[in-house]
Amino acid sequence: MQEKPKVTVTRARRDSATKEFLFTADSIPAGVLNDVRVKAWEAFAKFSMPITTDEAWRRTDLRLLPASDFKIPKEGAFEDLPAVPDHLLQPLTGEQHGGQITLMPGGSRVDLDPALVSKGVIFTDIRTAEREHPELLHKLIGAVVKPEDGKFAALASALAGNGVLLYVPKNVQVETPLHSVLWGPGADIAHLSHLIVHVEDGASVTYVHEAASPNETGHAMHAGIVEISVGQNASLRFVELQSWGRHVWNFSHERARVERGGNLDWIFGAVGSRLTKNFSDLDLAGEGAQGRMSGFYFTDGLQHLDHDTQQNHLAPHTTSDLLFKGALKGKSRSVWQGMIYVAPGAQKTDGYQANRNLVLDDQARADSIPGLEILADDVRCTHGATVGKLEKEPLFYLKSRGIPQADAERLVVEGFFDPIMQRIPFEGVRERFQQAIQEKLSA
Amino acid sequence: MSQLEIKNLHVSIEDKEILKGLSLTIKQGEIHAIMGPNGTGKSTLAYTLMGHPNYTVTEGEIVFKGQNVLELEPDERSRAGIFLAFQYPVAIPGVTVANFLRSALNARRRAVNPEDKGLPILEFRKMLKEKMDTLKMDHAFAGRYLNDGFSGGEKKRAEILQMAALKPEIAILDETDSGLDIDALRIVSEGVNALSGPDLGVLVITHYQRLLNYIKPNFVHIMLDGRIVESGGPDLALHLEEHGYDWVREKYEEVV
Repeated sequence: MQEKPKVTVTRARRDSATKEFLFTADSIPAGVLNDVRVKAWEAFAKFSMPITTDEAWRRTDLRLLPASDFKIPKEGAFEDLPAVPDHLLQPLTGEQHGGQITLMPGGSRVDLDPALVSKGVIFTDIRTAEREHPELLHKLIGAVVKPEDGKFAALASALAGNGVLLYVPKNVQVETPLHSVLWGPGADIAHLSHLIVHVEDGASVTYVHEAASPNETGHAMHAGIVEISVGQNASLRFVELQSWGRHVWNFSHERARVERGGNLDWIFGAVGSRLTKNFSDLDLAGEGAQGRMSGFYFTDGLQHLDHDTQQNHLAPHTTSDLLFKGALKGKSRSVWQGMIYVAPGAQKTDGYQANRNLVLDDQARADSIPGLEILADDVRCTHGATVGKLEKEPLFYLKSRGIPQADAERLVVEGFFDPIMQRIPFEGVRERFQQAIQEKLSA
Repeated sequence: MSQLEIKNLHVSIEDKEILKGLSLTIKQGEIHAIMGPNGTGKSTLAYTLMGHPNYTVTEGEIVFKGQNVLELEPDERSRAGIFLAFQYPVAIPGVTVANFLRSALNARRRAVNPEDKGLPILEFRKMLKEKMDTLKMDHAFAGRYLNDGFSGGEKKRAEILQMAALKPEIAILDETDSGLDIDALRIVSEGVNALSGPDLGVLVITHYQRLLNYIKPNFVHIMLDGRIVESGGPDLALHLEEHGYDWVREKYEEVV
């Protein structure tokens, strides 16, 4: 038998141009979370900048991230920056909001229907929560997403002064949707956010969170945490939209834990940022828990969007259903890497994942990497991944009916996204995606 | 009176000449049938008339209402009044029949007036239901994705539905009978006949005579090796039915 030659690869020292963050422990906000934040800071200090030999970062390169430029915005910084545009404050689901929070650099604005307050619903920003609900906040923070999950999780955990606490008490049904906007204008700013959503047993709510900014010259970054827990037989519909400016490096660590009989409908829409690395994990922790994840993305120019999803079936009879669909233009790139994990003993689980990409320009590129890790023997798991182009025949067919080229392309692209639209129960969100398709196609 | 004039048309696909000097004039109100054996260039003619990018016209002219059709994009040809019922209609996943038809009708309106707001939805629905009723189509059809998972008969009916909605002046039916059982064939033919009249010129392309039992042509042409070799009245189709194409081959093969 011929022995294979042993190859040892020695990596050259990292490019000296790679910058490190210059944040200091002085930026840790004071308050009841101080102990949690100090621990997170210690974790942050231990992490080095992710590099492309780290498995999760293989396809997303941070060497050009000007980390040393970013500063934490000072209190009230938003007053000297462009204000949040009105259209971002309009309801996307239903007629009106039950509550709305605007998070801005160094400040926030909160509005909640008194009827919900009287039912014990908490929907407020982190600063207010620290004052008004210190014990609850302390109990919930870090319960689902840990600082140890990654450098950017640790950063947001330690330093995020902005954030949302949504708490729905047991058996309370919130009929009107809640809405928050993270508005991030300005350059050289690190926007840090921490969202905590806790839906108690038997409760239900719809929550829409949107992160957006204008395009600016220079750079900015966002690091965010979204931690969600859905109690037994509780139900959460969570929509998150991302339309960061083209100068924003966007990182997020998100995880939802769903207990027995709970249900999560999780919708993602991503059209912005220069670069995004998003970790979204669904933990189906209790028997019969269900989770659906629907993703819409559309990239153009030099955008790079990397979505890393994990569907963890940790209990029997759990169901997950993921569909991410994306279109790409210009020299943009998307990465979707998904994993269905079925824990030992999580029998009778049903896991599905599919990622479909439509590459509209020759220089755009979509990577699609599905994965299964199944440690139980009585399960049904299916997955699929496709990367396709605009075909000539459908376009000719549409044109032969009098539809001009540009409209024919738009119809085909809209048709491609239709399965995602069908999964979105909110007209306003669908309209927003349709508008994004229009804008991206005509850009 | 609009007419489609095809003069000495030569067409190649990937440098192979398929049409070798075909001439034909179709006037509004006339029904022409082109018959011929497989591989003789019938579908090439259909696609070329509609402007499929794979077909290159190397010589000749196509003139419609005084316009040089060869200079027009497929969508412009359609808006000018030319319609092709495809032999193999293409599936457009995610786009419903209704959405598609509305886009096609609105494209027509916007070509006239770029500011047009589009056909009012109620008016459109009413029109669509009426057309579907004439073709004995279930109204649920409007909500299905265009040609996606349609049976052969459904596809052909959808083609005729489009023709009914778009009201062309010249319609080319490319092997519309292929893949249809006798009931579907009758429904589709009735649909075409309902649309025929002094304002519509029809070019029926078919391999078999049976479609012509339902759609009665005024003129029948036999195509062989990229040309029309024989033209006549309806009796020519019956003659073909009886004697097949062999006599045509024998008569014209040496010319070819």
